[in-house]
This record gives sequence, structure tokens and C-alpha cells, in this order.
Amino acid sequence: MNPVPLKESRVLRWTIAILGLVLVLSVTQELARPETNDLISAGTAGSTLRRAVPILLAGLGGIWAERAGVVNIGLEGMMILGTWFGAWGALEFGPWWGIVIGIAGGAAGGLLHAVATVGFGVDHIISGVAINILAPGITRFLSREIFATQTGGGITQSPRVESVGHVDFPFLSGGEVFGWASPDTFGWIADRGWFLVSDLCAVASGVTSNVSWATLLALALVPGTVYLLWRTPFGLRVRSCGEHPVAADSLGVNVYRMKYAAVIISGGMAGFGGAFIAIEQTGIYREAQTQGRGFIGLATVIFGNWQPLGAFLGSILFGFADALQLRDRTAVHALLLLTGVAVGLVALRALRRSQPVGAAVLLLISALVLWWYSVTESVMSELPPVTPHIATLLVLVFATSRLRMPAADGMRYRKGQE
Amino acid sequence: MTARRIVMALAAPVSAFTFSVLISSAVLIAVGTNPIDAWAEMLSFGMRLETLVETSNRATPLYLAGIAVAVGFRMNLFNIGVEGQYTIAALLAASAGAAVSLPAPLHILMIIIVAMFVGSLFSGVAGYLKVTRGVHEVISTIMLNAIAWAMVGYLMRTWLADPNDTTLNLKTREIAESGRFPNLNGLLQTFTRDIKGGRELGGFIIVAAVVGIIFHLYLTRTRSGYDLRITGLNPFAAEASGVNPKATVIRAMLLSGAVAGLIGLPEILGDDFKYDLSFTKGLGFAGIAVALIGRNHPAGIAIGALLFGWLDSAAPILDVRGDAPREIVSILQGVVVLSAVVAYEVVSRVRQAQEARDAAIATSGPLPANDNQANTEVDR
Repeated sequence: MNPVPLKESRVLRWTIAILGLVLVLSVTQELARPETNDLISAGTAGSTLRRAVPILLAGLGGIWAERAGVVNIGLEGMMILGTWFGAWGALEFGPWWGIVIGIAGGAAGGLLHAVATVGFGVDHIISGVAINILAPGITRFLSREIFATQTGGGITQSPRVESVGHVDFPFLSGGEVFGWASPDTFGWIADRGWFLVSDLCAVASGVTSNVSWATLLALALVPGTVYLLWRTPFGLRVRSCGEHPVAADSLGVNVYRMKYAAVIISGGMAGFGGAFIAIEQTGIYREAQTQGRGFIGLATVIFGNWQPLGAFLGSILFGFADALQLRDRTAVHALLLLTGVAVGLVALRALRRSQPVGAAVLLLISALVLWWYSVTESVMSELPPVTPHIATLLVLVFATSRLRMPAADGMRYRKGQE
Repeated sequence: MTARRIVMALAAPVSAFTFSVLISSAVLIAVGTNPIDAWAEMLSFGMRLETLVETSNRATPLYLAGIAVAVGFRMNLFNIGVEGQYTIAALLAASAGAAVSLPAPLHILMIIIVAMFVGSLFSGVAGYLKVTRGVHEVISTIMLNAIAWAMVGYLMRTWLADPNDTTLNLKTREIAESGRFPNLNGLLQTFTRDIKGGRELGGFIIVAAVVGIIFHLYLTRTRSGYDLRITGLNPFAAEASGVNPKATVIRAMLLSGAVAGLIGLPEILGDDFKYDLSFTKGLGFAGIAVALIGRNHPAGIAIGALLFGWLDSAAPILDVRGDAPREIVSILQGVVVLSAVVAYEVVSRVRQAQEARDAAIATSGPLPANDNQANTEVDR
């Protein structure tokens, strides 16, 4: 057993990356102090996490399907099914059943996609689009039949839904242990106002206090997916179907069955994401409340290079932009400063790696953004919601060479083909 | 042989539609209503002149959307961005139309050109990213949709909204009389009776029909259209025979966006004369559905657009009479799309099997081909 060299240790790299991020955030926060206090705060951190969860779940769903070689554009439709069935289940049987039924609703959408693409060999994009068209039709009809007859409900919305409950972590954020209120460590340090340390603890406090149990379950699915897909025979079989189904078949893997399983799991994840939106985020089912998050989840799949951890980081990034504009409009303006600084740092890195052209372009962008920050008072309210989309396009334009999708992703497979 | 081909061509859509009606009927029975009453009600209401006028008005933008999507589909290019393209094109065309005054035909022509230009500009971005950076057009157009909507929101709020307007419903200035598209009521009423209820048969259906004919002629009678078609059928063969794949991608995307720009115009030129917050959304996605049902063929798309338009126009009677919830139509439409794509796939596979068997018989002489052997060849 050789010890991992410190330079290549993943843990160290991640710690440095996270510390660096918080440092940049802290510095930017200090620079933008009179304008906003929300750039790095417990509230923003907690809100970011809540906003990130549905995107993360859609992203994990995308990874499951695409690792098995099936492109799932239908994530959005499966999420829509999740919102409706989640809310309905929560109303009928309680919030946890709502989550379960939401997952089942999404998985049913996944099954439909699997039948069309795997069973009948329909083009993946076409089937996904068809599911995105079918799902709102189903939910509209069901709302009309069920929610419209209930008090507080209507054709486009359900009555209020109860959430699954929240938890404060004991000893970290003052959670209760058998009725005894433990100390709120993070909160205490966060209030000290120590540069960097307090900010770090504010973030920690935000993500450890008042956390929904469903959020914890969703977060557990990240290592869960890594484990299942990369550490079990089942996962190996699923991934082999996404890389080279013919080879997998020749080794005795039942390719159809693996693809079915993966796409159904994919739909279940998206359904969970939808149920989370309805039950945890808004406490109500509303028509079109997914707002294209299924598509953003698809973006995180690419963003994260078809890796669960990458999709998680992508969802945090998109959740942050989402949370900031909801909490504090002026904070969005400070986001320009943050972007300018961040792009500047990337430019310096490019310079160090002796890529003068790239560095020059990045420096120019950085200067432009900082100039924009200095001459304006606020940023148009339409910009923050589309930052995920712009970021995805930029990643695809500038980083395509670093992305590697499963080799047989999106291809039709018929048993016995060559 | 030809009879068999016709049967094969019709088998898929007919069985898909029958299947969808059966599923929707089962749903209606499940919620305790009589499906036969409901369908009968819709049929009788749907045959009224006013409903048919409404059907035509709804089918016009759907048809244009279907053609816009089909231009891409014909060469395996998925322009999911039609939705964003037509929205921003409609906004800018309506604004440009309100800003100028020209003699009638020129004014309309200018608005149409602006709309087509904006639409193709937006889809062109996706085409450009595909050929230069290898960005898949499905992802880029999905992202561009969101960016287009954000731009529409921003432009409406800041620059293009009518400053004299005091209501909360933001809208652009109205287009002058010379920029409005005439309706076809006079023409229709010479053949039938008077149209009641103030309904107008939108004249833009003529433009839609012309676009469909041009699309067909382009695909079947021009070199450029041929390149596009064979690239869709076999990109490697196309490239080997001298087709420039990059130029073909760009061309298809630009054409698709240009047609997409027209989608909003029946509403802008013939009905509202301005862009406001109540502007119809979702036509781009509906266009994908219509193109899928119509197998990307101009005539098939027309049937799909008329079917969807008719279902939308006839459904409200269900609520009025209380026979069934009108939302059953949205289930019916969704099921039609999904079952149609499955049915086309199955039929095309059966047809390939058939052709392979015929070819096997033809090449191996009078000997009866071994069934097993033929099958293995087909599955490939």
C-alpha cells in the first residue's frame, strides 16, 4: 500500500478548491459590503442548497440514463409527473408517501421512455420530446379531476402540502438531542465577524440548520450513485451498456434489462426532484412549476462530465445564482464583481500555464464585467435566471475537449447488431 | 406493391390515432364519464363552420412550426429552439412593424422579413456552434430558448413596451393598418354562409400553404434540398459524394429558424397587431409534436396541424355541455405523439424486413429464401 502523494490527494485538492472559493466569496463580500450582505451568509447557503436539490436530482437522473446509453430529454416531463404525484401523495397519505409516489410517477415516465427507446428502438430525443408533451397533458387532466374538486385547489394548483420536516444538526447548529438544545457552534463563530473563518462557518451553519430530511436523502444519492454505478457489478453492467452494448451483450449482460433498469431509475430520480419542488420548496403543486429545471439538470450532466460529483457541483452553482436573485436583488449586482474577480483568477492561471491568447481573452472579459459592475447600479432582473444556460453554453464552447460522454450514448441498440 | 406501400404508410398514423382514442376513452371511463357521448359531442360541435374557421386559425401557426421543425428533422437535426426563435422574432417583428409606415404590401413584407431574419439569426447561433465547436444542437437550442425568453422579458420591460400604455399588461405599439394581414371572410362566405360570432378566417393560412409547397419543392426539386435530404438519410454517403456537411448544417438551421420566425405572425399580423404578455406560448413544442405525427412530410404535417387545431377548437364544448373534462384532449394529443413515433418505428422495421426479404428472393433466384436467414439479415 503506497501512501497517496500529498500533491495528488483528492481530498487535499478539494479542500483547497473549496477554501479558495470561500476566500474569493469573502473578499468580494468585503468589497461589496455596503451594497449587500447576502453574498456569503447562512441564509444564502441554505437557500442555495434547497434550490440545488431538484437540479441535482434531475442531473443524477440524467447520469443514470446516459451511463446506460439512453439520452433522456424527457427528464423535464418526468419531473412534472413528480410534482403532481408528489403533491397528490402528500395530500392523501402524508409527505413521505408524497415523495415515494412522486418517485413512482417519475419512474412511470422513465418506464415509458424505456419502452419507446429500448423496447421499440425509437430515437431517444424524439421519445423524450414526446414525453415532455405528454406529461403536462396528464397532470392537467388529473388536476382537473382531483385538485379542482378540493378546497384550495384548482385546475392549475393543488391545496397546500405539508413538508417532511426539518432538522438542525446537533452540536454544529444547535439541534436538539433528546430535548436538550446543543450549542450552535457554527452560528456562534459566524456572528464573530472574523474574516474568512466566520464566512466559512456561516456557510456551514446555513447548510446544517433547518435542513429538510428530503434534502439529506437527495444528497445521500450522490455517493449512492457513485457507489452503485462504479463499485457494484450491477453498475459495471449498466455502464458497459452505455460504452459498448455489443461487447456487453457478448459477455452475457442482458443489455435491454440493464437499460430498462437505468432509465426507470433515471425517471425515479427526476420524479423525486419534482416531488421535492412541490412538497419541500413551495409546499404546493402549481402547473409548470418545474420551470425547465429538468433541462438544467441535463445541463449539469454535461457540465459535470457525466460524473455524479460534477453534477452536484453544477447544481450548487446554478442553485447559488437562483438563491441569490430570490433573496436579494442587489446581491445579484455584486455577483458581477464576483464573476469579474473569478474570471480574472482563471486568466492568471491561464497565464501561468503559458496560454497568452486565452489569458488575454479572459482578462478582457474580466475587465468588461468589472467595468459593467462599476458603471451600473443594478443588473437586469432577467439575467440571473439564465446564468445556468449561458454558463452551460460557455462550457460546451470552451471545454468540449475535456468532456467525455459514454461512447454509445444516444445510439439505438438492437440485440444481435454488429 | 404500391397498394401495400399505401397500406403501410397509413397503418402507422391510423393505428396510433385509434390507440390514442382507445386510451383516452379508457381514461374517461375510469373517471366515470361516457366516452361515446363525449366524442359525439365534439364531432357535432366540431363540424360547425365557426369551429372549422377556428381550426384553420389554430392550425396555421402549428403548421408553420411543424415545417420549421421538419426542416431540421429531415437531416437529423433537432431544432428544439423553435420555441425561443419564434417568440423573439415575433416581438422584434411587431416592434419593427409599429415603428415604420409603408404602403400595405411592403409593410407586411418588411415585417415578414424581419421575423424570418431574427428567427434564423437565433437558430444560426446553434448551427454555428455545432459546426465550429461540435456543440450538440439539442443542448444549445434548449439553452438558447431560455436566453431568448430572458431577452424578450428584458426588451419588453425596457425598450420596446408602449410608453403610453398605463395598464400592467406590457405591450408593444400597435402596427398601423397598412401592416395588417387581410382576413379571408369574404372569400369563405361566398361559398358558405355568414360566419357568426365575429370570427375571422386568418389570411396567413395562404402564407403557410405557400411555405409548405416551397418546402416540398425545395426538398424534391433543388440540389440544396437534395443535399439536405441525403445527409439525413446517410451522412457518410452524402459526404463521400461531395456534400459539404458543415454548410448543410448551417443552411438547415438558418432555414428552420427563418420558418420559425413566421410562427408568431398570424397572431401579430392578423389578430393582435402587437406583441403583449398574452402572446401564445408553446407553439414551438407543439410544432415538434405535429412534425413527428406528420413524419416531417409537408402533407403529413398539415394533417397533424389540422388534427391538433381541430381538437383544440372542438374541446371547449365538453366543458360547456359538461359531458367530460376538456383536458382529456391534452392527454389524447400527448398519447397520439408518443404512439405515432412508436408506430412509425415498428412499421419502418417491418418494411425493412419486407424489403430485405424481397431483395433476398430477387437475388437468390427462384429458391424460397430461408426465413431465418432473411430475419438475421434484417435485424442488423
